[in-house]
Amino acid sequence: MNGYVGTPTSRVDGRAKVTGAAKYAGEFTADRLVHGFVVEATIPRGRIAQLDTSEALKVAGVLDVLTHANRPSLADKDDAWKDEVAPEGSPFRPLYDDTIKFNGQPIALVVAEEWATAKFAATLVRIDYEQAEFATDLEAERGGASEMDKPHKPRGDAAGALAAAALRHEADYLIPTEHHNPMELYATTTVWEGDGKLTVYDKTQGVQNVQKFLCGVFDKKPEDIRVLSPYVGGAFGSGLRPQYQVVLATLAALALKRSVRVVLTRQQMYGLGYRPMTIERVALGAKSDGTLDAVTHEAIAVTSRYEDFARNDTGWAEQLYSSPNSSFSHKLVHLDVSTPSDMRAPGAASGVCALECAMDELAVALNLDPIELRLKCYSDRDQSENLPYTSKQLRQCYARGAEAFGWGRRDPAPRSMRDGKELVGWGMATGVWEALQMPVAVRIVLTSNGHAEVSCAASDIGTGTYTIVAQVAADALGLPIENISVRLADSTLPQAPVEGGSWMAASSAHAVLGAAEDIRQELARHAQAMPSSPLAGVDAQDIILAEGTIAKAGERGRAISIADAMRYGKLERIEKQKLNEFPEDKSHARNTHSAVFAEVKVDEELGVIRVTRVVSAVAAGRILNTKTGRSQIMGGVVWGIGMALHEETVMDHRFGRIMNANIAEYHIPVNADVHDIDVIFVDEPDTHINKLGVKGLGEIGIVGVPAAIANAVYHATGKRIRRFPITLDKLLG
Amino acid sequence: MGDVTHELPDRIPTRLVINGVSHTLDLLPWTTLLDALRDHLALTGTKKGCDHGQCGACTVLIDGRRVNSCLTLAVMKDSAEITTIEGLAKDGALHPLQQAFIDHDAFQCGYCTPGQICSAAGLLAEGRARDADQIRELMSGNL
Repeated sequence: MNGYVGTPTSRVDGRAKVTGAAKYAGEFTADRLVHGFVVEATIPRGRIAQLDTSEALKVAGVLDVLTHANRPSLADKDDAWKDEVAPEGSPFRPLYDDTIKFNGQPIALVVAEEWATAKFAATLVRIDYEQAEFATDLEAERGGASEMDKPHKPRGDAAGALAAAALRHEADYLIPTEHHNPMELYATTTVWEGDGKLTVYDKTQGVQNVQKFLCGVFDKKPEDIRVLSPYVGGAFGSGLRPQYQVVLATLAALALKRSVRVVLTRQQMYGLGYRPMTIERVALGAKSDGTLDAVTHEAIAVTSRYEDFARNDTGWAEQLYSSPNSSFSHKLVHLDVSTPSDMRAPGAASGVCALECAMDELAVALNLDPIELRLKCYSDRDQSENLPYTSKQLRQCYARGAEAFGWGRRDPAPRSMRDGKELVGWGMATGVWEALQMPVAVRIVLTSNGHAEVSCAASDIGTGTYTIVAQVAADALGLPIENISVRLADSTLPQAPVEGGSWMAASSAHAVLGAAEDIRQELARHAQAMPSSPLAGVDAQDIILAEGTIAKAGERGRAISIADAMRYGKLERIEKQKLNEFPEDKSHARNTHSAVFAEVKVDEELGVIRVTRVVSAVAAGRILNTKTGRSQIMGGVVWGIGMALHEETVMDHRFGRIMNANIAEYHIPVNADVHDIDVIFVDEPDTHINKLGVKGLGEIGIVGVPAAIANAVYHATGKRIRRFPITLDKLLG
Repeated sequence: MGDVTHELPDRIPTRLVINGVSHTLDLLPWTTLLDALRDHLALTGTKKGCDHGQCGACTVLIDGRRVNSCLTLAVMKDSAEITTIEGLAKDGALHPLQQAFIDHDAFQCGYCTPGQICSAAGLLAEGRARDADQIRELMSGNL
């Protein structure tokens, strides 16, 4: 290893992104490309009584209008529609039949020579519905919730301990529906290659997932469909499952035997997945000394009528806070909406938000500093499985974060701190996520000029996979990073799962190490076989790749250039492909942690809240790239500001229709809302989890942030807002 | 297909000067500058994020001013000097803003990035931003 891993290396795809050269799914073109525009349903439940496309077809330049009545064949079994991350249930099938399952459901695709023509013609499609009774309001339907499998076993007698607790805090926290709103519109360009063969450029977090899905849906052989997504303009979980536009573009390409592009509008993207509205009910029972005696957490979340989407909202106290008694439950309410989807730190972003607000309320009730309460309850084991952690430097996160923030200067009394006419509030919260790792395969082709191409089907959704793969490969092969080229996100490349769950950094990095080790062994063999080799007799394990040479570790004078060794072996190239699988090990829990500190300033007359400072201290094992890693955490913090103060998808339940399906009325933080963000990576050596000690950073940045801000708002104002987002009307009300 | 009764309007010959190169296109009058760039000239560096002037991803410079190209009809910009992200680097050398975005990792997925950079270039020319808060405020049209 010669030193790219762990450094602030600039993104290797940076130049492509700042010059406009990076191409996203809706930007690939083809001969005779035509454009599809989606017509969507305007009722939440019922059936299409009549669908009249005749006027749309009379528009010059319109080629076809595809509907359930005239479409080519689609698979009729659920199994074909189930992708690798589908929840239990019967997946949605676009243009399958006349049933309407949610408002915004695609019901026709107008295909025209130009996009604007298709858009105009779509306004001429006439639909008559038979509307059915529907329900879209979680709070109104709360009583109809059904219990899912419990995420964690109960321990002890939580109900009894709660009833007997010296001090009890119990409250509902409401997390609203939130949409991912990646900047890139969902898009697919399906290129008709002739003979039914298709090349599909799709906005997705998993090209092989989409490829298998399309083969099932359209009854195609694997070699007939190739899926690529070299650049993805954000996804955050919304692109884990294949989205309907990939089905529609491919359907139209097969119907017309032409290349077709379908780009959704921003409004239509509100018909895709979302973070489900969830009522998080948390109850904490404490002894008077501030130790916990009982924790219960119940989540009641929205799902569709056709799939059971549920994530781990409620189990996180098992990892964070020691308590002899605990119980958890997750319930679903089935409504006439589309199925929710994973969205950055699914489960944890919502559930930990509630838990951390509740802990703050308990600290106030106990008259304890919020950090002190957390340290009193600190758990060195995952209580649910009674396991130690591979590493857990959360104490250091609290200490380093508090120091950087200046927490020691906090006056604990609400409304006690001011800056001019603004109230100042300081709040904190804990974050936690999983450190998952998955099987990934990588191919390395080393050429005798000392250049290596590293390839893998994994996606880079802005997370920095291109860059960390190049860094790890450069170190493992002993080459400058400029000599490494990385190819990703092509379904014909070596196997990778969807990019999600924060597992891709550790998984892809170790796959690179595996393939590089095979290259090292082969180079060592050739180098040692050379006449009067300086490496003759050296134990193969002591031979390293460094600075373009094959050398003895610790004795760099004994070296042969890679070019010479390959020439001797009469090799132009060495190609190695390796699947890396992590050994199953149930002896330890694997998690990342953070401590988040937030400062808010509140103008009490106007109710305006500004988040003026955030410190996020993160313990996530070894950080492969401190520059891109910092951006990951900053992005999570910004999203946490949105979750705390801005983001909410608002439904008009009289019509079962979203009222703010655009990014002017769905509020997210803009540059003016984002101030000082300090990211601290706490040293966390981890020799147990994997060879490099890597845990992943994708999700941990957002977890805890909304609670830290909500707790700061309480500290500033004395008002506890439990319905997110904390908007000025709630503060003034 | 049935009889065509919805005829399209006449196409309008339009001269667009983009990054110093003149292009003449026959465009339907409703074609936005954004769609002209992306669909007719394959200049896909300018991004579509909302098509409603809400996100700023489509920001280009027209006669030096930053403009949402999704809210601009192409025919209105006949003969105007238009600079897109593809035109900021000169002879292979990145514009200082482009280099600064790389050096400071001021992007992740990169999709808002061309608009952010064009907007920042326009902001510099406006000379209005004197401190960090003013930059934040005046860059808030770019999500």
